[in-house]
Amino acid sequence: MKNYLLIDFGSTNTKLTAVDVEKDEIIGTSKHFTTVSEDIRIGYNNALKELFAKCGELKFEKIIACSSAAGGLKMAAIGLVEELTVEAAKRACYGAGGKVDLVFSHYITKAEVEKIKDKKIDIVLLAGGIDGGNSDCVIHNANMLGKGNIKVPIVYAGNKSCQDDIKEIFDKYELDGYICDNIMPQLNVLNIESAKDAIRKIFLNNIIVAKGIKKVEDEIDGVVLPTPYAVLKASELLSKGYLHEKGLGDIVLVDIGGATTDVYSMGSGSPKRSDVILKGLAEPYAKRTVEGDLGMRYSAEGVIKALSEEQIKLYQERGIDLVQEAQFRFEHVDMIPHNAHDEEVDREFGEICTDIAISRHDGKMEAIYTPMGMLYYQIGKDLTDVSYIIGTGGVIINDHDPRKILEKLCYDIRKPLELRPKNPKYMLDKNYILSAMGLLSLYYPEVALKIMKKNMKLI
Amino acid sequence: MKTIVIGVIGADVHAVGNRIIQYVLTESGYNVVNVGVLSSQEDFINAAIESNADMILVSSLYGQGEIDCRGFRDKCDEAGLKDIPLYIGGNIVVGKQNFEDVEKRFKAMGFNRVYAPGVPIDDVLPDIKKDLGE
Repeated sequence: MKNYLLIDFGSTNTKLTAVDVEKDEIIGTSKHFTTVSEDIRIGYNNALKELFAKCGELKFEKIIACSSAAGGLKMAAIGLVEELTVEAAKRACYGAGGKVDLVFSHYITKAEVEKIKDKKIDIVLLAGGIDGGNSDCVIHNANMLGKGNIKVPIVYAGNKSCQDDIKEIFDKYELDGYICDNIMPQLNVLNIESAKDAIRKIFLNNIIVAKGIKKVEDEIDGVVLPTPYAVLKASELLSKGYLHEKGLGDIVLVDIGGATTDVYSMGSGSPKRSDVILKGLAEPYAKRTVEGDLGMRYSAEGVIKALSEEQIKLYQERGIDLVQEAQFRFEHVDMIPHNAHDEEVDREFGEICTDIAISRHDGKMEAIYTPMGMLYYQIGKDLTDVSYIIGTGGVIINDHDPRKILEKLCYDIRKPLELRPKNPKYMLDKNYILSAMGLLSLYYPEVALKIMKKNMKLI
Repeated sequence: MKTIVIGVIGADVHAVGNRIIQYVLTESGYNVVNVGVLSSQEDFINAAIESNADMILVSSLYGQGEIDCRGFRDKCDEAGLKDIPLYIGGNIVVGKQNFEDVEKRFKAMGFNRVYAPGVPIDDVLPDIKKDLGE
């Protein structure tokens, strides 16, 4: 028997998954409240006890973890033009497993620099200019960060031609700066791997120390990834397959949490029709977006803000006072639905989160009239041919009819120009194994893939 | 190396001439940023900002250039691309019109140089050199 223990230190729960890598099987799972404010090891050890109580004492060859505890990875993305380097910077942050709390474009101001401090940002990603292009703006912005005395790590991923100037500014103001490849070396070309890698390294070397997560490394082999990064890796593997083990093809995954709604899409997303022309920034195969204003508890009030007054009235007609329900959920973040009404309201919130989050993630068409007839632009990913939709997160897993929430990801006649999935099959990540399998895939991709395929439940 | 943003504006899909322009300008030692066919004014302007371009050269072959280019200079000013040279060429108006009138109208819209139908890109090179101070 060769066992691996995979841990996910989440904001609410510490989740353990024990795997037998020779039999491609999950031995058992357990969870306990995350105790990061006190000592993260307490929660871990309690979860471990529970696991041993269920499956008997186990010996592990390796124990590795991912973490989104203590607020996850809060990032500020700075670029030049909104649709270009700003968008590319956001994608790099999301791809690295971060949450984008601040977005700035063009020349940043003192007030904006102050916001970076107020919001307690963990890492700043500074981009702008294609290689050989604009350098004034990034140099100004780097100077502003220096003058503002920003102490958190700054990743520079802008115009290659002024890397030296940026390095000088980092040295001059003694900033914790890192230089990596330009995220947009040419117009509309996305190149985020180097920046993602830099962010991941900073996360492992600095952030988890600052947040008191590192302590647990006395007892385990290491915290190796931010949780969303692990989920992204697992989803990509599940989609693409590995060696002789086939993948599931294009997939969309939604994870509705208390504070955020994350959407992942795996696939090229290229146009499916001949009258469609692709425009704008290139899209990554494995794309992740995070909606910080959409969530079941901490962000319940954000859900209300995203609705119109008219929509809220329509809920009122059905006897649901969404505003009051949202406030209650925000004030009682540990609330668990106990009756049919609460469950229904939770599902409504889940449906709204899903619907808005996919709208912000999916590709859109735009009609253009030309002398050759009507043509369409496609901006973003075409998800119409996605084969599977996977749901995870409490509200989806615990609902007795989770399909209703997941169907909100699909084609909607009221939004005809959005390229949403049309005839997908639905699956659940019932035991929250995706992050664990992302971790395992670092060592045993084929095993991780087999376990995922066995454990995803078709609904 | 000077940077020139090129592309075809509006609902216009004429790709060949645009490729020839890219080829000639690159051969002549310019860094060319090509926004391609079916491009909006914003596509040109955003590309010019990110690439710190020295000039924007707009092509239009399908006769609707006058509508597509309305307000282009104002938007450049708004985006901080002050005094960036704007060129346009191709079949830029509907039907056969007196070119002097056409040139006047486009210059009033803020274009620095306006080329009549059929002018090859090679003939434009001396103007580019002059305007970019080379």
